[in-house]
Amino acid sequence: MSTGDLIRDERVRGRGLFERVFVRPEIGALAAALVLFVVFAAVSPVFTQPASLATILYGASTVGIMAVGVSLLMIGGEVDLSAGVAVTTSALTAALIAYWFGGNIWWGVLFSLIAALAVGALNGWLLTRTRLSSFIVTLASFFMLTGLNLGVTRMLTGGVATPSIEAAPGYELGREIFAADVPVFGITIKITVFYWIALVIIATWILRRTRVGNWIFASGGAPAAARASGVPVRATKIGLYIGVGFCAWLLAMHQLFAFKTVQSGEGIGNEFLYIIAAVVGGCLMTGGYGSAIGAAIGALIYGMALKGVVYAEWSPDWLKFFLGAMLLAATVFNVYLQRRAARGRIR
Amino acid sequence: MNAPLLRLTGVGKTHGNVISLADVDLEVHAGSVTCVLGDNGAGKSTLIGIISGNHAPDSGILEIDGIPTRLTSPRQALERGIATVYQDLAVVPLMPIWRNFFLGQELTRGWGPLSRLDIATMREITRRELAGMGIDLRDVDQPIGTLSGGERQSVAIARAVYFGARILMLDEPTAALGVKQSALVLRHIRHARERGLGVIFITHNPRHAMPVADRFLILGRGRTIGAFPREEASIERITALMAGGDELDELLRELDED
Repeated sequence: MSTGDLIRDERVRGRGLFERVFVRPEIGALAAALVLFVVFAAVSPVFTQPASLATILYGASTVGIMAVGVSLLMIGGEVDLSAGVAVTTSALTAALIAYWFGGNIWWGVLFSLIAALAVGALNGWLLTRTRLSSFIVTLASFFMLTGLNLGVTRMLTGGVATPSIEAAPGYELGREIFAADVPVFGITIKITVFYWIALVIIATWILRRTRVGNWIFASGGAPAAARASGVPVRATKIGLYIGVGFCAWLLAMHQLFAFKTVQSGEGIGNEFLYIIAAVVGGCLMTGGYGSAIGAAIGALIYGMALKGVVYAEWSPDWLKFFLGAMLLAATVFNVYLQRRAARGRIR
Repeated sequence: MNAPLLRLTGVGKTHGNVISLADVDLEVHAGSVTCVLGDNGAGKSTLIGIISGNHAPDSGILEIDGIPTRLTSPRQALERGIATVYQDLAVVPLMPIWRNFFLGQELTRGWGPLSRLDIATMREITRRELAGMGIDLRDVDQPIGTLSGGERQSVAIARAVYFGARILMLDEPTAALGVKQSALVLRHIRHARERGLGVIFITHNPRHAMPVADRFLILGRGRTIGAFPREEASIERITALMAGGDELDELLRELDED
């Protein structure tokens, strides 16, 4: 056949700007965030004050940092139920090493990083080796880490919390790096907000502009096709779990240097907050679709809801109900959008 | 004559205590189409798995360009120039067409941590290559799931040809397609042959095999039950072999008597 012999299907129209915008995964979350902001701003005058916004951003960043790793993992087709307690494990590792061996707290920080990455690698390795679902594998590691956190802490300290690290050499530097207050135009913003933004930018760069990003989408969207195309699916998934481990370490170091002691029973249930942020932000549970920016908006929604309820002087009892309803609405909306996108019917 | 692109000699594979494939010979030459036919359970999938590097054979020899080779991953097979296009898992539906086209072989610019996808070039090449195959895809940014089955197969074939595949293996490319779309895929197979590729076309439909095949290999219950060139082939002969010859005659006679 000749090369100029094009098959043009008169039934198919091109896609306009409006259509392109509405297949973006984060669009639903963005609309929800705007509505939420307007509602809280109308109800509570305190909500829109600069100091309140800084507090909201801080609350959002503590979920958002983890949501970056978790959203990438979900785009890669897996979940991590151990992400919440892994943060506590990481903080405990640093605190307990500092307590047991004494010396500079930075040894603890360093070993904690290694441990966090190793936990991630182990999750990923077990998953790809056993070919079990990530729900089962990380449920198991969730329980094991929960037990380890309590058991090792009691074994070494005799209590349920680690002693304060305030006196340890290197503490001041750690506090400057992981828990500093950064003044911006007279408003004090926690440094975690900047880490969060940096992680979102890096993750978005990886997803949209690098080979690895292509592999993440493919590994989640159609693992068999990805493997057949020469994508290292196993390595990609293990790498994603290691990414979650890194995020857990970063958040853990913030908590350690901000609060000085670590409660060994903390972190349980937080994994669901990260998943909510990712899913509300447009990540599909089944993988292959989503964005880090969406997850960031999801975390922002959480931050606004968490603090907005307080500023509006509503009962915080309703927060969880609200989060659940939000998750349901976002998921229904996202699945609807994604189905239309897959059929090319966004018009 | 040169060594064939690919030669299997006495290849076999067992899954547990089931013999999936036994003592199969196959030669693939440049610029020719070898059709592998067989009913369900004949061993086609196992043969595909062996050639695509998904699993190594338990017995026999696999030679590429006359050199005995052991393929242990699809990536290795790809590096040796063997591209496989699967019926249902050729593409990632939610990803844009151009990302699918370059999946696993992305073009990058820059160095080290700043190494990034060369998106403009990849879009342009995708559009050009597909147009060269007679497919105008309007917008290479749309999810590939929005294309028809025939178009998706065509993209997968165009991709294999573009990346310098010397051996193109097509797993039931026409099985789920309508008449027009099947014709489109068969045209691409001829096109690939004209470009000098060795094509392995796996199907269970003799009607799709006849117009393009140079050689036939008929599998039945994991064994070779027929291997002959085009001149000796007819749809009747192939159908009879695939259905187990005598059994089919028997069945037809019974049906006639009813």
